Amino acid sequence: MTAALETPIIAQDLVKRFGRFTAVDHVSLRIARGEIVGFLGPNGAGKSTVIRMLCGLLRPTEGRAVVAGIDVAHDPEGVREHIGYMSQKFSLYTDLTVGENLRFFGGIYRVPHALLAERIRFSVEMAGLTGREDHLVSTLAGGWKQRLALGCAILHRPPILFLDEPTSGVDPESRRRFWDLIHALAAEGITVLVTTHYMDEAEYCHRVALIDRGRLIDMASPGALKKRKLGGDLLVLECDPIGAAVTALQEAPGVGDVAVFGNALHLLVEDATAALSTLPDHLARRGVAVARIERIEPTIEDVFVQLVGTSSAGQGTRP
Amino acid sequence: MRVRRIKAIAVKEVLQVWRDPISLMIALLMPFMQMILLGYGISLDVKHLPVCVFDREASQLSRDLIKRFQASEYFSLVAGFDNYRDVTRALDRGECQLVLVIPIDFTERLSDTGTSAVQAVVDATDTNTANIAIGYAEAVVGGFSSDVQVEASAMKGGATDVVQPVDAQSRVWFNENLESRNFIIPGVVALVMALVGAQLTSLTISREWERGTMELLVSTPVTPMELMLGKLAPYFVIGLLDAVFCLAFSVYWFTVPFRGTLVTLFFTTSLFLIVVLGIGYLISTAIRDQVGAAQIGLLVTLLPTTLLSGYAFPIDQMPLPVQAITYVVFARYYVTILKAVFLKGSGFLDLGAPILAMIVYAGVIAYLAARAFRKQLD
Repeated sequence: MTAALETPIIAQDLVKRFGRFTAVDHVSLRIARGEIVGFLGPNGAGKSTVIRMLCGLLRPTEGRAVVAGIDVAHDPEGVREHIGYMSQKFSLYTDLTVGENLRFFGGIYRVPHALLAERIRFSVEMAGLTGREDHLVSTLAGGWKQRLALGCAILHRPPILFLDEPTSGVDPESRRRFWDLIHALAAEGITVLVTTHYMDEAEYCHRVALIDRGRLIDMASPGALKKRKLGGDLLVLECDPIGAAVTALQEAPGVGDVAVFGNALHLLVEDATAALSTLPDHLARRGVAVARIERIEPTIEDVFVQLVGTSSAGQGTRP
Repeated sequence: MRVRRIKAIAVKEVLQVWRDPISLMIALLMPFMQMILLGYGISLDVKHLPVCVFDREASQLSRDLIKRFQASEYFSLVAGFDNYRDVTRALDRGECQLVLVIPIDFTERLSDTGTSAVQAVVDATDTNTANIAIGYAEAVVGGFSSDVQVEASAMKGGATDVVQPVDAQSRVWFNENLESRNFIIPGVVALVMALVGAQLTSLTISREWERGTMELLVSTPVTPMELMLGKLAPYFVIGLLDAVFCLAFSVYWFTVPFRGTLVTLFFTTSLFLIVVLGIGYLISTAIRDQVGAAQIGLLVTLLPTTLLSGYAFPIDQMPLPVQAITYVVFARYYVTILKAVFLKGSGFLDLGAPILAMIVYAGVIAYLAARAFRKQLD
C-alpha cells in the first residue's frame, strides 16, 4: 500500500491496437505522488489512448496498468473510486445547471452529505462561477466550462487526476488560471497526468513525457529534456530569402537540424561560438542577407521537433 | 449497488426529460393524442349504412319492406331509383353500400306461391362491412317475412302466436351493447404504454453517447446495474402516470366499463412497463445514435403491438402461422389481460396463464438489459 501511495500510476508495456493500427506501442512509466506529468505529442500520437487505458475505459491489448495500487484490468470500479477524469471532449450535461451537474457527480461519487455543500462551494469558487450556480451549462463560455469540468472531477477529492487536453480551445488567460489550479492541487499531494498539444504548457509540468506514434520517446523534467536531448547549441537566424538559407545551411560544416519557426530558422549546431563566427560569411557568399543570428535557450518545442525528427528518421531506415 | 447513485441518475434523468420538449411531449401529450385518435378513429361497428332502393313494384307490401329498412339503425336510405343504370352508377360512385331491388311481381308471387325474393346488391370492396351488411339485411327481411306469415295465417283464421319452431334467444355478455369501442379502448392502453415507454427509453443511453457524456459516466464508479435502475425509474413512474391517465380517460370519457380491480391492472401494467422499458434500454445500449434508436424502438414495440396483439384485429381470425408468431409478441398477453380486466372483471386466478407469460417475459428482458451495458468505450 505504501508503494501504491508513493507511485500511484504505473504502466508496464501498455499496447493498444485497433485492428492493424497500433495506437500505443509498449509504453511504460511510473509517476510519483504529487507529480504533474504532461503528455506532449501531436494529435493522434496516442496520448488519450494511454490515459483511457489507465482509467479503465479501454482494455489494453497487452501490458498492465496499476493505478492507486489497483490493477485496472482486475478491478476497474475500484480504480474509479480514486480517480478524477476530464475527457478531451467536454462532457458535462449542458442541459443541466452548474449546481445540478455538481450535485449529480456528488451523488455518483457518494460525497458525504455533510461535506457536499462545502465542496460544491469550493468548486464553484474555483471555477469562478459564484452567482451562476443556476445557469445552464450550455450558456457558459469555454474557459468556465473547462474549470467546471475540473470542479466536478475533484468533487470527491481523488488522489489521482487524469486531464485529457483540459485547455484545448480555451483563451490564454483561462489557461493560466487553469494551470494555477493544477499546481495548487499538486501541492496538496494530488498526482496529475495531463495531456496537451500546447508546447508552452509543458513547461508547467514537473516532468514531460514525449509521445509520438504511440511510443514514449522520452520522459524527464523540461530542463533536463532540453539540456540532454538537443546534443548541441541552438541558434536563431533571421534572414532573407529563407529557402536559399536552408539549402546553404545543409552544406555548412557543424550544422545539424534546421527548422523553420515563424519567419526565422532555428539551427542546431555543434558549437555556438564557432558557428556564430563562420555562418554569416558562409550565408553571405550564397546570397543570403542575415538580419540576426544569435544563441537562444531552447524551448520544449525545439526539443520536440528535434526528437520527432530523429524518431521518424530512425523508423524510416529500420529494415 | 448504491441507492445514492441510483437517485443521482434518476434526478438527472427527470431534469433532462423536463427540459427536453420532445421527450416531454412524448410523455404527456402522446397518450392523449393516441387515446383520441384510436378511440374515435377505429370503429368496427357498422351503423347507418347508406342504402339505395329500386322498387320495381311500388306496392303497399314493397313500401312496407322499405320502411323496415328505414326503421333499422343499421341502414340509412339515401336514394330511390327506377332503372338498373342508376343502381350501377350509385354503387360505382360509392354513394351507397347496398341496393335493395324489389322485383315487379313481388306481391303477386308471395300471394300465389307463398314465397318471394328480393335482391340485395352489395359493394363488397370491404369484405368485412359487406358481410355485416348482408347479415343485417337478411335479419330485416327475415323479420318482415315472419310478420307477413303471421298476417297470412291470421287472414286464414289460424293461430297468430305459433310461428317459429325454434327461436334462438341470444344474451350478449361483457359488452352488452356490442360497442366495438369497448373492445378496442382497453387495448389502446397497451399501445400508449408501448409507444411512450420504448420511445423515451430508447433515447436515454444513445443520448449520452451522442453528446459525449458517456465517456465521463464510464470513468465514474457507477455500476451498469445502478445506471440502468437510475435511468429507468423515472420512465417507470411516467409510464404508470400515463396508465392512470389512460384508465381515467377510458372510463370517464369513452365510458368503457371497468369491472376488474385496480390491483390486477397495476400489477400487470408494471410487468408490461418492465418489458417495454427493458426493450427500449436494450436498443439504446446497442444503437448509439438517437434517431436510429428511436426508429428501431418503434419497429419492435409499436408495430407488433398494433398488428399482432389482438387489440383491434382478433388473433383467432389470423392465419395459423401468424397466430403462432403472436405468442412471441409480449403485448398480446397484456392486451388479453386488459380486455378481461376491463370488461369481464377477471382477477389474478382467471388470468394465470397470460400473467405467467408476462412474468417470464419481464424476467428475461430485465436480465438481458442488466447485462447489456458494458462500461467500456471499445
